[in-house]
Amino acid sequence: METASPSYLLIVGGVLFAVLNVAAGLIWMERRMLALWQDRYGPNRAGPFGLFIVLVDTIKLFFKEDWIPPFADKPVFVLAPAIVVVSVLMGFVIIPFAPGVVVADLNIGLLFFLAMSSMGAYSIILGGWASDNKYALLGAMRGAAQMISYEVFMGLALMGVVLLSGSFNLREIVEAQRGMWYVIPQFVGFVIFLIAGVAETHRLPFDIPEAESELIAGFHSEYSGMKFGMFFIGEYMGITLISCLVVTLYFGGWLGPAFLPPMVWFVLKTFVFISLFILLRASMPRPRYDQLMEYGWKILLPLTLLNLMVTAAIVLINK
Amino acid sequence: MFSLLRSMWLTFLHAFHKRETIQYPEEKAPLSTRWRGRIVLTRDPDMGERCVGCYLCAAACPVDCISLQATQDETGRRYPEFFRINFSRCIFCGFCEEACPTYAIQLIPDFEMGEYNRQNLVYEKKDLLINGQGKYPGYNYYRVAGMAIGGKDKGEAENEREPIDIKSLIP
Repeated sequence: METASPSYLLIVGGVLFAVLNVAAGLIWMERRMLALWQDRYGPNRAGPFGLFIVLVDTIKLFFKEDWIPPFADKPVFVLAPAIVVVSVLMGFVIIPFAPGVVVADLNIGLLFFLAMSSMGAYSIILGGWASDNKYALLGAMRGAAQMISYEVFMGLALMGVVLLSGSFNLREIVEAQRGMWYVIPQFVGFVIFLIAGVAETHRLPFDIPEAESELIAGFHSEYSGMKFGMFFIGEYMGITLISCLVVTLYFGGWLGPAFLPPMVWFVLKTFVFISLFILLRASMPRPRYDQLMEYGWKILLPLTLLNLMVTAAIVLINK
Repeated sequence: MFSLLRSMWLTFLHAFHKRETIQYPEEKAPLSTRWRGRIVLTRDPDMGERCVGCYLCAAACPVDCISLQATQDETGRRYPEFFRINFSRCIFCGFCEEACPTYAIQLIPDFEMGEYNRQNLVYEKKDLLINGQGKYPGYNYYRVAGMAIGGKDKGEAENEREPIDIKSLIP
């Protein structure tokens, strides 16, 4: 652990500030983008382009009654939303936003991210279980199954990148992409990682745990006020995290032509992927639960293994 | 898989479509003249009330939101003593308008009647009665009906023959 120099503290604070604000801003952005793709305007009354909707939503969440159901398991019920936010924020620790702008330059960065995203499954299970509500439990069970299954080949899909770059360190992975972005040699891996990432953040095509048309609101049926807000913000931060990772691993992170600073390149690419997430939400139907599991285990897992083996073979031949 | 990508592409193309939203307070949706909005009571051309207190509208109302009490003035002309529509119950189905034999009750294309207080949605006759003929100009019930009121005896209405003298044999 290095000593906390002022510049390092600035980086930590900056990352935290940026991530939380981006997550809040995504509320507005998602509504605007969905409206754009559904020929509507979305929020456009409060303030310029409806930007104050973020402020108003936040204030509303803070002042709503934070009601804990009397039948809930209180300590676990309170803990569950915190786990989401903590695990996602810990995931941001390893992402290099620009040369030198990284909170923790871990040599096992990718493994750390996978560990942290696995922690996210706990929040769903604990939240659904502590709610003591059948719908919430159903959502939690589905969420647990989905997240654990998709975790498997999410990790395996990343291994192709690790093979090519020879490192788990995200900074080195970005540096290794100077010649060619990994989206080209690792296209299958990229697609699978994107799908697994969508499932991991239980985002709309795979929003099986929430499924508001089947289960009231899934695992957070009983939550209100800021606890619900934490699940909500956690989801948006998860989107940002997965987008950042896709950019870092497959689209060369902060690499780009020199007429823009590296940070701007990173933000632009991330924004593109966040938009892709929202486009997925706007255009995809929700798969049935058993279809989702079958798709994961019977199609994506073999594909991932095949991709990994072919990549490894090519790397060995070139040696 | 291809269909998924195709649907994503088509959804993306919607970004370049025209937006459908009508920015309500600034621009209003065009409403037809027969649009069923606020209910009014109309008057005939010489400014008498058209309503004759026949209770047909109250009977036709599916939610029973109309209540009235008929009385007569000194000329024998019937009119409602009070006429009350509770708009918090009203479903704007227009059955009262269809049931009305004298074109008195009419629905007009105005829907902006929100209130903060529920009691304010109970409209009395002073709120309902307008100084106009609504959708049926020129119609005057007592000028075409064969009923005797002050200033008009039987047989004096438009298109009406003299009543037959039933005591005589001459046709």
